[in-house]
Amino acid sequence: MTSSLPNERSIADAGTVGSMAARLEVRDLQTWFYTRRGIVKAVDGVSFALEPGETLGLVGESGSGKSITCLSMLRLVPEPAGRIVGGEVWLGDTDLLQLSRHEMEQVRGRRISMVLQDPMTSLNPVFNVEKQVGEGSMYHMGLHGSGLRDRVQQLLRWVRIPAPEVRANDYPHQMSGGMRQRIVGAIALSSQPSVLIADEPTTSLDVTIQAQYLQLLKDLQEEHRFSMIFVTHDFGIVARVCDRVAVMYAGKIVEMAPTRELFSSPRHPYAKALIQSLPDPDLEVEWLTTIPGQPPSLYDLPQGCPFAPRCADAMDICTQQYPPTFETGVATDVSGGVFAGGAAGVSSGVTAGGIGPSHTAACWLYDGAPR
Amino acid sequence: MRRYILARFFQAVVSMLALSLLVFFLVRLTGDPRDLLLGDDYSQEQWDKIGELWSLDEPIYVQYAIFLRNAATGNFGESIFWKEPAVEMLARRIPATVQLTLTAMSLSVIVAIPMGVLSAVKRDTWLDYAGKTVAMLGQSVPAFWLGIILIWVFAVTWNLLPTSGREGPLHYILPSVTLGWFTVAGIMRITRSAMLDVLDSEYIKLARVKGVPENVVIWNHALRNAAIPVVTFLGLILGNFLTGFVVVETIFSWPGVGLLAIRGIQSNDFAIVQTVVMFGGLLFITINFLVDILYGYLDPRIRYD
Repeated sequence: MTSSLPNERSIADAGTVGSMAARLEVRDLQTWFYTRRGIVKAVDGVSFALEPGETLGLVGESGSGKSITCLSMLRLVPEPAGRIVGGEVWLGDTDLLQLSRHEMEQVRGRRISMVLQDPMTSLNPVFNVEKQVGEGSMYHMGLHGSGLRDRVQQLLRWVRIPAPEVRANDYPHQMSGGMRQRIVGAIALSSQPSVLIADEPTTSLDVTIQAQYLQLLKDLQEEHRFSMIFVTHDFGIVARVCDRVAVMYAGKIVEMAPTRELFSSPRHPYAKALIQSLPDPDLEVEWLTTIPGQPPSLYDLPQGCPFAPRCADAMDICTQQYPPTFETGVATDVSGGVFAGGAAGVSSGVTAGGIGPSHTAACWLYDGAPR
Repeated sequence: MRRYILARFFQAVVSMLALSLLVFFLVRLTGDPRDLLLGDDYSQEQWDKIGELWSLDEPIYVQYAIFLRNAATGNFGESIFWKEPAVEMLARRIPATVQLTLTAMSLSVIVAIPMGVLSAVKRDTWLDYAGKTVAMLGQSVPAFWLGIILIWVFAVTWNLLPTSGREGPLHYILPSVTLGWFTVAGIMRITRSAMLDVLDSEYIKLARVKGVPENVVIWNHALRNAAIPVVTFLGLILGNFLTGFVVVETIFSWPGVGLLAIRGIQSNDFAIVQTVVMFGGLLFITINFLVDILYGYLDPRIRYD
């Protein structure tokens, strides 16, 4: 097919887009904001890999750099203040940071896509559902007319919109929050991307709708085999949907572990404190546990580890030098016991090849060298 | 929709009545037209005769009642000086004003909207600063000054364009530019700020996420949303223009509605002033109504039922 019509080619492509499962690898990503008050290193040397079909949780408090990490992967950091100043984002064998603007437009939505946080504001109020859901398929698959309409119907059925033939003509303001977020899901998946980023997609939904939406995402993932990055600060959600978790603090990943392992034996003092502050319904306590101190101002990060000022285990070196990332799977525990990291890969279904260390922490406590 | 239109119609009638009351009494505060018409040398007989002819000596509320009764049948009185029905005089002037309005309007929309959009998209670059400068100049340079300067430069010094009148296409240039200058500034400023708001929104982010080409994001997704405040402003400007841009028509001796209004006011010609003002009011109400209907098409959240 050397001179095929755009429509034929695109429909043929459409069949293959979904199966083009690709590995995503972020290496030493750095996104800085140049503000009047100074430089903010919102993302400062983030590295991780995402295997096809895997779900990685990205947790951390507001301002820890989760969302900017995601926007950087899509190259949608708000310009001109924000700039990706270093790193690589490999999707399959392409470094997304090297693509031209135009090439990047063809990657977005088609190979890597995103669900935004607030369904009330993420749909365009002046376009109807059909136009908004169909647009991706129009640009990426070249669908038009009745082909496009059928595609929209199909997508709406995927996300379980009742009476899609009627709803397609509705405008966003005629729909509930839960339904709008499903529409956003349909938009994000419309060109069957291999990576879906979900940036706190359930935060603004009420609890019953949250559960439904999570189930929907999981079902869709099973069916269409995309890998997912799930940004959240809700550990309940992490436990439900994520295979592995990366914990972020002040623009850096401080710990990365299979989900179950993070809950059972967190390594980094920050991650430990987070897990400890989860309320336990079985325990009757008057006060919830909190982490002492405040998150540091990104304008004025302390030397060394930014968590050191709040850390009970801080040593001299912590305030002098940022720790490298240590493999902690079989490291000596702080308390002196030896942790057996053998079960690490099992719960996550992560393949051993290429992922590297299964449980890592950026903390001097795990420095094997004597000091 | 029918109920909405009906409600708007009654609102319009009330507004027009209020306007007629206001203009009727205000115009009578400016003096008795007989003072100007008769000069210094007249007899009591002449004075009374004209008074009777125009009901000038009746109590003022009786005069208003007469005016309303006549207006209801479409009779807005005769010009005291030109002895012609005021409506006819107005009708003759309308084409000149409409043509000038349309020229100036299209000129400013074609220039200002792209400038406003680019200014927002290229925020804080030289393009944006250039745009802001134009907007500032446009809003702070008064039309009477600009008109005179343009005449001086293009008509008097370089002799390229006519100074006044309305004989051919060349005559449209200077008045349109003078009128449009101010409007360009306004439209641009509003377009820019509306675009900035919209470009920051989540739905624009989502449009980019799904891979919509950037120019479609800006000129379709964003501009459709930014259009509402711009349309409101255009409606106001259009109303202003159509009632005759008094200053510009005076400078360029443009035979339009504005010039007629000036002549009417200068000679205490009640009928002319009342007719022009009522016409302006009607236009404003109509344009506002059309703008509201247009909102419904631009924004599905504002549909009237």
